[in-house]
Amino acid sequence: MNEGTFDIETMLRQALAPVDPPVELQLRLENTLGSLIEMAADELESWELSTLGDPKNWARLGRPALAAVVGSGAAVGLVVLRTRRQRHRRRAQSANVGELALRTLRDGGREARRLLDDLR
Amino acid sequence: MAPAPDPPSAANKARLDAEFSELYKAHLRDVYSYSYYRVGNHHDAEDLTEQTFLQAYRHFERAQRESQGRPLRPWLIRIAHNLAANYYRDRSRKPQTPIDDASTISATHTTEALVEDRDDLKRILEEVQHLPDDRREALIMRFALGMDNREIARALGRTDGATKVLLHRAIRQLEELVKKAEGPTG
Repeated sequence: MNEGTFDIETMLRQALAPVDPPVELQLRLENTLGSLIEMAADELESWELSTLGDPKNWARLGRPALAAVVGSGAAVGLVVLRTRRQRHRRRAQSANVGELALRTLRDGGREARRLLDDLR
Repeated sequence: MAPAPDPPSAANKARLDAEFSELYKAHLRDVYSYSYYRVGNHHDAEDLTEQTFLQAYRHFERAQRESQGRPLRPWLIRIAHNLAANYYRDRSRKPQTPIDDASTISATHTTEALVEDRDDLKRILEEVQHLPDDRREALIMRFALGMDNREIARALGRTDGATKVLLHRAIRQLEELVKKAEGPTG
């Protein structure tokens, strides 16, 4: 870098030194941003309260435990439903109650595995 | 389709607001300096600074998510840059000389007091205004805000290499303009 470049860069640094914002601007901006933040917080609070009663929003409201419980219940319900659909076939194939119970358990396990595969 | 982001919780919102407040405190002077050297007067620089932070507040969460931990100053300056471009386009204004009437300058603007007393610095500022927009902006970012090449590149949406060339050409051109203004005896 030559002498001329050094000079002009030094002068540029002095000529374009940072400018302090006026105090009135800082006060006005902090006031405006403060009001915006307050309004946003109020809006969020009322939105959370209104969505709390709607089950569609439970999972989205950041309540993963609730979502997990609801989800597991639904999954178990689906396995039971799918297993029950085949009860007539199992009865026809079973020689006694013990064998029927065994076949029901086996079908239930198969349906649970199938459901897990579907979910993956 | 990408899943929609989770709605903000009160705690998450409070954290974001606190982080935005930090960003504001850290960069108010940068945004104001940039705006001032872009538009050339305090009145419009104040407007531009205010609009920049209001827009930044609206998009802060997304910017933070997409920045992946990188500093947000280039993003803030890019907002100011876009708003300044709109300012000239909408009002068909040209940048003014960067020095306001001395009577309107508040005591905090020590830079202007310094420049007022220095003809050489005044001349530099006048010639900076004659540079093409992109070169002028790159110089403001480098010398008024102290941004490095990478930050300037992000603010201007260019590559690091292109920014390096831009800065080099801006300094060369300014040097020529100043020499020309001084005349053969200067």
